[in-house]
Amino acid sequence: MDFMVFQYPMITVQACLDGLLLGILFALIAYGMALQWGVMNIINIAQGDLVILGGYIAYFMYLYGIHPAWGVIVSPIIMYFVGVGIYKLVINKVVDRDLFISILATFGISILFMQLMNFAFGADVVLANSGYGTTMLFDNNVTLPNSKIFSAFVSIVFAICLVIYMKKSKLGRAIRATAQNARAAKILGVDTEKVYAATFGINAALCGVAGALISITFTIHPYMGLPYTIRSFMIVIVAGLGNLPGVAMSGMGLGVFEEFADYILGTEFRIGSVFLLLVLILVYRRFKLSRKREYLK
Amino acid sequence: MKLNKLILSFISALAILLSTSVVSFAKVVGDKIVLGAAISLTGKYSSNGVHTQNGYNLAVERINDMGGVKVGGKTYKFDIIYYDDESNPKRAAQLAERLISQDGVEFMLGPYSSGLTKAIAPVTEKYGVPMVEANGASRSLFTKGYKYLFAVLAPANLYLDVAIDLAVEKNNGKPVTVAMAFEQDAFSQDVRLGVLDAIKRTGSKKVIDDKLPKELNDMAATLVKVKQMKPDVLVVSGHTKGALTAIRQIAEMKVDVPMLAMTHCDAAKLSKQHGKNSQYALCASQWHKSLTYKDKFFGTGKKYAKDFEKKFDYDPPYQSAESSAALLVFKDAFERANSFDKKKVRDALAATNMQTFYGNIKFAPGGQNVDKPMVLFQVMCDGSGKCENKVVAPTKWASAKLIHPIPKWSER
Repeated sequence: MDFMVFQYPMITVQACLDGLLLGILFALIAYGMALQWGVMNIINIAQGDLVILGGYIAYFMYLYGIHPAWGVIVSPIIMYFVGVGIYKLVINKVVDRDLFISILATFGISILFMQLMNFAFGADVVLANSGYGTTMLFDNNVTLPNSKIFSAFVSIVFAICLVIYMKKSKLGRAIRATAQNARAAKILGVDTEKVYAATFGINAALCGVAGALISITFTIHPYMGLPYTIRSFMIVIVAGLGNLPGVAMSGMGLGVFEEFADYILGTEFRIGSVFLLLVLILVYRRFKLSRKREYLK
Repeated sequence: MKLNKLILSFISALAILLSTSVVSFAKVVGDKIVLGAAISLTGKYSSNGVHTQNGYNLAVERINDMGGVKVGGKTYKFDIIYYDDESNPKRAAQLAERLISQDGVEFMLGPYSSGLTKAIAPVTEKYGVPMVEANGASRSLFTKGYKYLFAVLAPANLYLDVAIDLAVEKNNGKPVTVAMAFEQDAFSQDVRLGVLDAIKRTGSKKVIDDKLPKELNDMAATLVKVKQMKPDVLVVSGHTKGALTAIRQIAEMKVDVPMLAMTHCDAAKLSKQHGKNSQYALCASQWHKSLTYKDKFFGTGKKYAKDFEKKFDYDPPYQSAESSAALLVFKDAFERANSFDKKKVRDALAATNMQTFYGNIKFAPGGQNVDKPMVLFQVMCDGSGKCENKVVAPTKWASAKLIHPIPKWSER
């Protein structure tokens, strides 16, 4: 245990800012997960792998001399079609089934994606350089890489666009209707099959954006997807489905929590602490649920 | 029912036929000495697995072209049976078992990485099969009393202790403060032990001792601590992930530290992926092409690099060079043993004392090579942004002078 983070105010500020910027990015991935979980009742274990695939798209653009920031536009477009493709091939067969079956199916997709990416792109760790430089605050005591600020900004823009789209557009309304009651929506003429495909596509597109951002802020590797899946799963559990402000808040909360866990417990427990928190929250939820049930009896 | 029985007997007959034909593969067939190797051709180690395989293949080709191996007045050629271990230790152990008991291989070459070598060593030991390995540096491989394991490379604990010595030397012999960040895996933790030894030996002080997780891609917290504590040396070891993440974030966070020492810089293609940001990083390496060791098969390191590039179209990383050296060691041992008896070859291997283009090779009782020091190179860039790795320590091999301390970011 090390409480250095509280002894120096500058480190506290740094940890909070790092955590917030990171959390906004997590929230974007989690929002995609919440969306398709809410609409289709599918927990997508392959979420993180879609993120990594999106990252590789940006990386390859970078490799061919295009600035990786353009990946934020190109990657979601490609990923949308990848998402629709996955839906047509696999997900549409499990969408009305048991949750367990869909978890198994997406788990399979996740393994397949990892191996395919490893096969196609190799096992090297790669990254794309944005060359964005650094913002210094408080007399150079707090440094914020501009790439992180950029990624938080882009995440917010995409989240806002999506919210507006969901509220205003026809497809958005259809998606929300299906989420509320798929059967009723179907009776009233909503093509739920199309809605499902679009939802999965939108989720994959969001993962694509996040992946492109991760390739310019962190690193990309075929096997690095799982931590992103776990984080978004956790954010969604805390926030609940269909609750965008909740997702944003719990995303940022998780980011800050991770940063502080890193300082206090040590870097080796950074991701471990997320897993631990997940278990604690699940136990707590279960506990609350069982109390309610007793009350009903 | 009858049909089932018929099919069953047919299959078993086929199996018997196959197994007998496989056994006839055995260690020495006609004029071929068959070596076995499980290598990571797929999975997370696949890029380094391929470097290893290329190294082996180049050496086999060269030795065969230059007359092969002479044993008992007869000339033999090398041949290797490869299996893909999928970067998975369990699979590697199974394959070693299969190579030895089914394919009848009696001499093995090592896989890629310490973890996989650890999985295979008990198997080769059980069957008394000599294994020369080139890519498992973890210290724990050499403390288990294995008799049939020989490693042409220096053990992991020697990777970065040179850097601490160098820092003390630059500090006029006075102790220094050291910040450490090491991944939690067998190899990096061994590197850490070596650094700890060096810290103790020089009376230096460790101020940060962070362990990095396997899924690491963010070490901002460690670097913030480094900014606060201002150590004389920052040591990072976390395979290619660690090297790439460290350089990216040190540059982004403008962390000023007089000396930065790492592992896996050349595997991470640091200077290519990060360009000028990677400048001044010190990297531990088993081998560098500018070293002046020599042998009659490959000539000098520079010549090796040229031949390698001609065949495989890329600059050889040290993983390939050490793999090639493993074959040279085998050839030498066979000729001295003048026999294919496993025990005799093992004794000949233990008595190895030779120079290869990769370095001197002489095995300690534990099996590690004690005759080849690690080298440190520094990434140096010219005005146009073209970066190169130049050996700076030990002084005997240095091709450039160490730049110390690293200029501050505000002055770059």
